[in-house]
Amino acid sequence: MTVPMIELRDVTRRYGDGPPALRDVSLTITAGEAVAVLGPSGSGKSTLLNLVAGLDRPTGGTVTVDGVRVDELGEAGSARYRREKIGMVFQFFNLLDDLTVADNVMLPAQLTGMARGAAHRRATELLGALGVDRHAAAYPGRLSGGERQRVAVARALVNRPALLLADEPTGALDTASGEDVKELLRQLHADGQTIIMVTHDLSLATSCATRTVQLVDGRVAVDTAMETAR
Amino acid sequence: MSALGRVVRSGVGRRRVQTIVIGLVVMIAVSASVLGGTLLVASNAPFDRAFAQQNGAHLTAQFDSTRTTAEQLTVSGHASGVSAAAGPFRTVSISPVDDKDRPVPPLTVVGRTRPDAAAVDAVKLIEGRWATGSGELVVLNDGRFPPDERAVGTVWRLPDLPGSPTLTIVGVARSISATADGWVVPEQIAGLTTPGTAGGYQMLYRFATADTAGQVDTGRAAVRAALPADALTASRSWLTTREEGAGDTALLVPFLLAFGVLGLVMSVLIIGNVIAGAVSTGTRRIGILKALGFTPNQVVRAYLGQALIPALAGAAFGVVVGNAISLPVLALTNDIYGTSDSGVVLWVDAGVVAGTLTLAAVTAWVAASRAGRLRTVDALAVGRTPTAGRGQWAARLTARIPLPRPVTLGLAHPFARPVRSAAIVAAIAFGAAAVTFSFGLAASLTEVQATANHGDVVVGPGTPKPGTPGGRPVKGDRVPAGPTSTPRSAKETAAIVKAITAQAGTSGYCGVADAEATMAGLSGALPILATTGDGCSSGYRMVSGTWYEKPGEIVVATPFLTATQTRIGDTVVLTDHGTQIAVRIVGEAFNDDHDGMQLLTAAATLAAAEPDLEPEDFYIAVKDGTDPEAYAEALEPEIQQFDAHTSTENVGTPEVVLVINALTALLSLMLVAVAALGVLNTVVLQTRERVHEIGIHKALGMAPRQTIAMVIASVAVAGLAGGAIGTPAGVFLQRMIVTEMGRGAGYHLPASVLDVFGPVELVLFGLGGIVIAVLGALLPAGWAARTRTASALRTE
Repeated sequence: MTVPMIELRDVTRRYGDGPPALRDVSLTITAGEAVAVLGPSGSGKSTLLNLVAGLDRPTGGTVTVDGVRVDELGEAGSARYRREKIGMVFQFFNLLDDLTVADNVMLPAQLTGMARGAAHRRATELLGALGVDRHAAAYPGRLSGGERQRVAVARALVNRPALLLADEPTGALDTASGEDVKELLRQLHADGQTIIMVTHDLSLATSCATRTVQLVDGRVAVDTAMETAR
Repeated sequence: MSALGRVVRSGVGRRRVQTIVIGLVVMIAVSASVLGGTLLVASNAPFDRAFAQQNGAHLTAQFDSTRTTAEQLTVSGHASGVSAAAGPFRTVSISPVDDKDRPVPPLTVVGRTRPDAAAVDAVKLIEGRWATGSGELVVLNDGRFPPDERAVGTVWRLPDLPGSPTLTIVGVARSISATADGWVVPEQIAGLTTPGTAGGYQMLYRFATADTAGQVDTGRAAVRAALPADALTASRSWLTTREEGAGDTALLVPFLLAFGVLGLVMSVLIIGNVIAGAVSTGTRRIGILKALGFTPNQVVRAYLGQALIPALAGAAFGVVVGNAISLPVLALTNDIYGTSDSGVVLWVDAGVVAGTLTLAAVTAWVAASRAGRLRTVDALAVGRTPTAGRGQWAARLTARIPLPRPVTLGLAHPFARPVRSAAIVAAIAFGAAAVTFSFGLAASLTEVQATANHGDVVVGPGTPKPGTPGGRPVKGDRVPAGPTSTPRSAKETAAIVKAITAQAGTSGYCGVADAEATMAGLSGALPILATTGDGCSSGYRMVSGTWYEKPGEIVVATPFLTATQTRIGDTVVLTDHGTQIAVRIVGEAFNDDHDGMQLLTAAATLAAAEPDLEPEDFYIAVKDGTDPEAYAEALEPEIQQFDAHTSTENVGTPEVVLVINALTALLSLMLVAVAALGVLNTVVLQTRERVHEIGIHKALGMAPRQTIAMVIASVAVAGLAGGAIGTPAGVFLQRMIVTEMGRGAGYHLPASVLDVFGPVELVLFGLGGIVIAVLGALLPAGWAARTRTASALRTE
């Protein structure tokens, strides 16, 4: 039997007095899966991603990732967890504008205490693998959207995370750049990377995911395995 | 409520931290400014104000009661030029002893029914109550004496009078004209008068014009003419009293000016920084308002309102706090100046509030106008679009520093906002300068005070001299026994010296004798301290030159050099008992005894003129580890037979020094608090501006401690720079002010008074800037660390 890498059990997240953003969600994801979380705005996609990333805590239920009870972690524990287990890619890249591309990629590694030289070598390797090494000394503001997202992916992978979380990774990109990122995610998945991506983009889900989870009003409405080759 | 009103209200209410910081900064700045302004007002011609407040006497006159009558004296109050008079009051001189039978310096006591009813010299009761019956005494508040020696409740005995009556101190009063050392009810005077003596009368006069010595002399002549010949036995002009009082106030004025200016400049800087920062962080909100149809004018009005509401509240609280702090401070300055200032003058409060609010309004107006003129699309884009170029070079540079990455990230932050960072560096520099100055001033004053200590134990004559309670020096004045003591023989001196040198624990001693000489070009006699022994330079700090080594050499103080237009190396001729003695000035020492006119020399210098001159006091330095009290007790039986007794040197801390130290500490604390608040505000702004970035960092795994380290590091550079600038500025200020204080009193100061900072202290004060910065940054750093990552990431 395959050991689940991510397990959400009866997870509820409520903000204030309003209806819960997530209600009694139970979900299991095994290593190597690429899961696309779909749903309309307000369906709870980002909340789910935040809970798995340890950026937020559930009001009820448990979240376990790679053996770690994420819902029980304190601030410091969450930070350590994110450094060691998670890589995150955002819709608007969230690159730091005053750092060079290389420095952006090196940052998570340096936060773990990795020496600058070692971090630089790892960043150079990733930037090369992702085809943006020529921009290593440039600032993110000078790069195209697709290039920025590649840099963001490189940064997400620098600590060799068990899980890559992508929040609308193509949402801010033109069509060509979007295709570029899709191909990149496909490749990563093909290399064995476990991925959870939140998206509105059905084509991203169909082209990159092995499974889609449809959320509606904070509940899992559909959970479908896809036929996507590694 | 109008749209504008709603915008202002939400701006004030939603940004609570910023609103509170603006309010706090304005409150402390206003408090400091009210205090500074009050001190400046209090230090403005304090003697003249005190004199006016108390209807001071232009002429205090003493009359022989056997040569005139009370009626005649009353009539003299109408003499030509006299505008007001008080008296006649009966006077008497008393010589009490304290509860341990130690002699108290003689007092001139005046019989007065009430303190402040007189048209002249309205004495101000500052403690206790006025005398209402026999046996009660009100003493003059005299800074020369430790307060506990003249506290209310103290009982003095008058052993010279029949029946040894006692006087209980029931009150302490202040007379700017110093018309008496104490007051009793008029009926008591007869009982205090030695049988067979007549006592005297005192009259206090105010003249229509008394601005010059000539005018006072004219008034005195008119009074004299109105009374029998020789009735006037002594008189004192208010100009003399004012001149004597000038020394103390001259000490304080430059110090207070420096702090006042520091406080005001810093308040301007911080308020400007805080308000401008608050408005600039609202630029995107301004863009939204403009997009909704707000005109630039409405934007400016909205942000003016947002800045002025907390500023107004802060100013209101600040005035209350400033007034509350000023009251005890005024009580201290009243003690020093002799003034009767009862509270902060209205125009100081009004001026400070008006100035502060104007400053806040102008700053907010300028910042909001700038933001209001931005194109709406640009204003909306603030915080969302990359800020190209700003501080990137610093980020690139700090990334290479071999320190933890959060620290190097923080180190680059100040360079992204150079103007704001410069302002905060300036604020920290002011704080560091204030602390350095404060420490330096206290150390300088302590060093000045140390110059009054010439030994651990004093052997003095059995009979005390006026002005020295219990035979002990007052305020460290190294003044030997006066004419009341019996001259000591050479044999007695030798025996005392033998006892001192034989006593275990003696390190060195100096015997001092009082002598006088005249010098061509100077009126009056020059006091000379003639010394014998091996420890006579103890306590004296040389300004230049050397201590005397052989007969014929003298050491003098600055006032002597100034008065005689001489320099070190010059030879001057003294005339002592008709004998001319040529002496060479070999050194300039800091010595304020006899207003700096005292000459210090070996007794042998005067041998030709005064062969029988013997020391009357011996100042003994004891060896390390020897208890002066025990030493004095052990020596006492050995010298008692020579009509000498021991006492430990106890010069205490002069009130003016205590006041300066207390004020320095208070003002420094306030300036440091304002600086720290300025840092806090900057970091709050920075944190708000960088909240999205902080969210990214945290999403990438930055731990709370790392976030705190990053935020702290972001102010560390400013702290370091502020300390590096502020510390030398504080040292410069300390040297300038202390030198000015010395100059105001007529002295050059020795290096030991000016050079009070060692390298370790300088480094520590330099690092003090970082402490201020960290203090200010801790709170927002904690907030940054606790920021919810998910929310921060959504923030634009």
